[in-house]
Amino acid sequence: MRTGVIAKKMGMMRLFNEDGRHVPVTVLALEGCQVVGARNAEKDGYFAVRLGAGARKAKNVNKPQRGEFAKAQVEPKARVAEFRVDNADGLLPVGASLSADHFVDGQLVDITGHTQGKGFAGAMKRWGFGGMRASHGVSITHRAHGSTGQRQDPGKVFKNKKMAGHMGDRQRTQQNLEIVRTDVARGLIFVKGSVPGAKNGWLLVRDAVKVPTPEAAPFPGALKNDNEAPVVEDVIINTEVEVADTPAVEAEAPAAEAAPVAEAPAADAGEEKKEG
Amino acid sequence: MNLIQTLEAEAIAALSENKKIPAFRAGDTVKVGVKVIEGERTRIQNYEGVCIARSNKGMGSNFTVRKMSFGEGVERVFPLYSPNIDSIEVVRKGVVRRAKLYYLRGLTGKKARIAERRDPRPIKTTEAAE
Repeated sequence: MRTGVIAKKMGMMRLFNEDGRHVPVTVLALEGCQVVGARNAEKDGYFAVRLGAGARKAKNVNKPQRGEFAKAQVEPKARVAEFRVDNADGLLPVGASLSADHFVDGQLVDITGHTQGKGFAGAMKRWGFGGMRASHGVSITHRAHGSTGQRQDPGKVFKNKKMAGHMGDRQRTQQNLEIVRTDVARGLIFVKGSVPGAKNGWLLVRDAVKVPTPEAAPFPGALKNDNEAPVVEDVIINTEVEVADTPAVEAEAPAAEAAPVAEAPAADAGEEKKEG
Repeated sequence: MNLIQTLEAEAIAALSENKKIPAFRAGDTVKVGVKVIEGERTRIQNYEGVCIARSNKGMGSNFTVRKMSFGEGVERVFPLYSPNIDSIEVVRKGVVRRAKLYYLRGLTGKKARIAERRDPRPIKTTEAAE
């Protein structure tokens, strides 16, 4: 089992396939999705990755949480969630940022979120009851639910009777949604179809439980910059720009060294050919 | 622009890179080149008729073209930015006073005619077009 990610719902759009068919997609964004801690078997009795996402003002974070973020040396996060993993192999270094290529194209995922709240809703809207007649002597009770039970015999309304009440804003998981595309540079995940909740809501995206995870999916997780050393990230944690710059410079240096070496034999070969 | 608008703008730019979408509106007669897949090969099939409605909503924009086919009215809704649309050509401009010409559905023959729109003065061409 791999860790999932915390993503923000940005909205819906459509994409066109090469064959002209269009795919409705929901755009999810990874906004500072970072590892803020871990749970392990010795101390906690189970293994889990603790992720945080988004930003929150330090003054609005309570003291115990502030302590947790300080220990992990990450900015205070708007949403924190745990993702269970099988063993210590599934854990990620604290402070590491997850990247959108954590999921591969065509993979199926389960997405958990809170549905849109509808407030106190009547039985017609909440349960699809038929209501009562518009005329023929019905007075005032056109949208009422009607009878709720029998007579003196049970003498009560049974539990779970469908009645008016609060509708929506409940945690729901939508299973087997397809990842259509990922945008690593902007941290975007395009998921086919709709997901629970309103725009700007937080969602937990996990590998689908009902289908095997594809082999290509990175284990234990895809991190930004491919920088596995958590120490480096801990030092420059404040701005993503700095984090992005550091490995880029390192990557360029060896490339620059390698390039002349590669060119030299090629040039030689060319000359030899001319001579020949 | 928010993120979705930016993404849509990029996608529209990418999709309309190799083709030009002309300015046309309801009442204009258009010829739409539609890509048709027949087994292995694809060919372009033209569909010509009166544009009776346009719907502008970013990537989801579409337009409806109505034509008479063997005495039977046929309407087809095309997504404006679909890769299946090879070309759009304006054959004739029309004068209409509605944005949606659904009234044409009940009319045939002479009553379903639309007068041709001409630019009255060449000097004010740009203004008239807009």
